[in-house]
Amino acid sequence: MKGYARYFGKKMVWFGITFIAAFLLNFILPRLMPGDPVAAITARMAQGQTNAAGVEAIYRQYTELFGTNKSMLEQFIIYVKNVINGDFGFSFSQYPRTVASVLSVSVWWTVILQLPAIIVGWLIGNVLGALAAYRRGGYDKAVMPLSIFVSGLPAFGMAIILLVIFGVRLKWLPTSGGYGFDMIPNWSWAFIRSVILHYILPFFSIVLIVIGGQAIGMRSMSIYELNADYVKYSRFMGIKDNKIIRYVFRNAMLPQVTGLALAIGTMVGGALVAEIVFSYPGLGTTLLSGILGQDYPLISATALIITLMTLIATLALEILYGFIDPRIKAAQSD
Amino acid sequence: MKHTLQQVFHSGKFVVGFIIFTFILLTVIVYPLFVKAPPLAILSQGTFFPPGIYVNVYDSIGSQPYTLMLDDATAKRIASKLGDQERQDIKDWLLAFGIPENEVDMADTENLMDQWVNNYDPKVQLPGMTFAKQRYYQRLNASLEGILATEGVTIATRNAEAGTLEETDTVAQTDYVNVTEVPNVRLLVLGTDNFGRDVMTELVSATGTSLMIGLVAGLIATTIGLVLGLLAGYMGGVVDDVIMFFTNLFTVIPTIVLLILISFSIGQENRGPVVIAVVIGFTAWVWTARAVRAQVISLRNRDHVSLSKISGHPIARIIFTDIFPYIASYVIMAFILQVSSAILYEASLSILGLGPKTTEVFTLGLMMNWGMIYQAHILGKWWAIFPVIVIIALVSFSLNLMNTGLDQVYNPALRD
Repeated sequence: MKGYARYFGKKMVWFGITFIAAFLLNFILPRLMPGDPVAAITARMAQGQTNAAGVEAIYRQYTELFGTNKSMLEQFIIYVKNVINGDFGFSFSQYPRTVASVLSVSVWWTVILQLPAIIVGWLIGNVLGALAAYRRGGYDKAVMPLSIFVSGLPAFGMAIILLVIFGVRLKWLPTSGGYGFDMIPNWSWAFIRSVILHYILPFFSIVLIVIGGQAIGMRSMSIYELNADYVKYSRFMGIKDNKIIRYVFRNAMLPQVTGLALAIGTMVGGALVAEIVFSYPGLGTTLLSGILGQDYPLISATALIITLMTLIATLALEILYGFIDPRIKAAQSD
Repeated sequence: MKHTLQQVFHSGKFVVGFIIFTFILLTVIVYPLFVKAPPLAILSQGTFFPPGIYVNVYDSIGSQPYTLMLDDATAKRIASKLGDQERQDIKDWLLAFGIPENEVDMADTENLMDQWVNNYDPKVQLPGMTFAKQRYYQRLNASLEGILATEGVTIATRNAEAGTLEETDTVAQTDYVNVTEVPNVRLLVLGTDNFGRDVMTELVSATGTSLMIGLVAGLIATTIGLVLGLLAGYMGGVVDDVIMFFTNLFTVIPTIVLLILISFSIGQENRGPVVIAVVIGFTAWVWTARAVRAQVISLRNRDHVSLSKISGHPIARIIFTDIFPYIASYVIMAFILQVSSAILYEASLSILGLGPKTTEVFTLGLMMNWGMIYQAHILGKWWAIFPVIVIIALVSFSLNLMNTGLDQVYNPALRD
């Protein structure tokens, strides 16, 4: 068990370093932006005001409020202090709402949408890929080009295709939002039903894309394994195909777990853009509104949360990997 | 070399991908030679004209009329204004007005129109009918006017001095013009977009720009990845540790987040297509670096490399003559994948509103962006958005197919 502690400790340290690096980038990059965001918000707030002194006062008040008049270092110290307290400041574009209050809602929409979608897509993709490698022939010839085509399709493309077919043409499912626009979030059946109906299309557009990519990877892995010596040897020994397949599947699965850990950032990015297609009230749509409103506290915090979510997912997968890979298990058991 | 090429072109997957890609590339090059109009010129007043052949009405009247006696002309004319939906609506109105159901027959055009003309009055308010529905029936009534008439239309011009109308021409219902004789005909294969631009011309130009972005980004990413991978793999030690530290860092931080932060920081004004390509290139090298490093490490201690070292060859020469040829196929495959992912990243960025600025060039992503801002997909204006998705998918499909084909040639274990 001591070995495991070392393995996980190493992973945790790495997690910490990556997070700090991401945090620094998150702080610095948006602040290099040309143009004064406070001027933009003042212009909006001061619309219709003819009094120049009044506009000036508003400008000064916001500069103080957001701290844009201080030096970079001071801003950074304030930022770190605030982030630790979970305070990301006010949103420029949705003032007087705070960034934390905007994000604390949208982050759950994204987690509830993307986590199950990626897991389901990954599982189905791997089964399909392994089947394609094992059965070969017609099944392989049908599944493979389709998978390559689907995985080449961007997530937003799949989202638009599903939206137009099932939402606009067939009118089976709603086209936008996370729930009916005439509803207020509560725990009634009508609301939950509406949420589920709005969930289906975004969910499947992510699942389908993930299936495509995973099936291709799993197929190659399984073909490698099927040609391995131990498979041939097992066949000579007369071990049943079913049993061999289980070994092959398990061995091919391990690199796929690593693959998922490495690809999860790309998947999340694609899925965020797919959210925008459906105006799903998650991080993607929040990000879009932040960009349109030149709202750097919002963008910076959203980027930070996306990074953090990806990092946690990666860490979870690596810990899982430590448990299921017999080689790591063996190395850590002494 | 010749043998390798032969092998590559024997792979069915590679050839199919290659043909699709070449076809798209050729279209991008050849199309502007035939259609000289600038791709961003605004043609139409109003948005989203559907695809089709646009014939100038004024010129058609002035053209030589030909009389054709076609039996189904009247039926078609009526059908174009009185489709199934309109018939149903008329029936609904008549029923609501109080006509017994068995007297209304939707299939009998003449009878239906008779009942409509005799009973409909725009001023009558039926109970329970919304204002919008009422307006709809008023519009329907106006469009149906003269639908059963058999005489032609008179063309008149206004006399500039007296201000009176003078009959200059009549158009009979059996008059036809030959489209080739009408001087102004414009074929809009994919209609117009939200700005009133010709989507087809725009799409070709946007595909060109996006391919350029993919190529530049791919070249940059591959070069950086290759250099870093070679250095880390061959030198080992501290160099390896430092390079791998950054590589691992940027593997875990999502690329899209970096892209968003950087392109937002650059600002709308400075974002040209080349800048976007460079930004994508500088964030996408990680995979190539990792893979190249792994390959180089496995090559580093081979006999022929050791022999070169003992012979005292300089490092540059060892890398280029003893190591590079072994990883060249892999680098080409990585390059192909990077071109395709760069095109997708550009599209994603543009949808987020962080793409190149719109005023000078158009990219596939920007076309998606504007189409979505104007809700073309929800309004059913498929021509403004679907061709773009199809092109993105085809480009990426063909590149992936080429990659899979190459993979099978170079990795015999994957061969069918």
